[in-house]
Amino acid sequence: MIAATEPTTTWYLLLSALLFVIGMVGVMIRRNPLVMFMCIELMLNAVNLSFVSLAPRVANIDGQTAVFFVLVVAAAEVVVGLGIIVSIMRGRIHATVDDVAELKG
Amino acid sequence: MVLLGALGVILRSNPVHAALSLVLTLFGVAVLFVAQDAHFLAAVQVIVYAGAIVVLFLFVIMLLGVDKAEDIKTEPLTAQRPLALVLGVGVFAVLAAAIVTSTESVVRRGEGLSVTEASDPDANIRQIARSIFGDYVFAFEVVSILLLVAVVGTVLLTRRQRRDGMVSK
Repeated sequence: MIAATEPTTTWYLLLSALLFVIGMVGVMIRRNPLVMFMCIELMLNAVNLSFVSLAPRVANIDGQTAVFFVLVVAAAEVVVGLGIIVSIMRGRIHATVDDVAELKG
Repeated sequence: MVLLGALGVILRSNPVHAALSLVLTLFGVAVLFVAQDAHFLAAVQVIVYAGAIVVLFLFVIMLLGVDKAEDIKTEPLTAQRPLALVLGVGVFAVLAAAIVTSTESVVRRGEGLSVTEASDPDANIRQIARSIFGDYVFAFEVVSILLLVAVVGTVLLTRRQRRDGMVSK
């Protein structure tokens, strides 16, 4: 009875696909660079979730190790990305990604 | 709950609300990690993502002063949103089809196998430690250098350069 209600790997993978698609649509429709960054985090999390749900299926811990490295690289990526956003958007209140076109020399 | 948070990230017009929705999603994913016996990753997820990264986001939002609602109604490119939605639905359909058709065999093959013994709650952490510091110790060191480079690069990027050449904070 309990086993029947427990979510299976297929459900975890479907949830992860849905999360990934939401992040993807978010990157495409939002124009605030910060929110786009958050959507990239969403996509990374979706992939992490699928890694973790597939790791026991192959009886191997390597999937969880990969998630660990993804977490570290995501942290570094966020730090650098936010630094770039801060240095570009400083002093501009209503910043959108279109303002980056001003970099064109 | 996870999906609610994710939708909140892309639909709330206020960036602060979007960041808080992101916290909801990240906690939800951490709970799913625990449900799959990945205790170490759940802890790291809460500490690094929900703790550090979202706080960083909120700091930048406050620093830039963009914590006002963005005008979400205007559509700069015509038909951008419908196209994005159509593309999203299409990608999800392809992914779902691939998952449904392929996981049956994978799940059946993996039946009865488990990474960690359920009786020992520390087994997961022990196995991950053996994997990271044994098989992947070189990648671990490279990642630490990457973090160092990211920190130094960010400091260089964000500090202001004065005209007279002196560097000020």
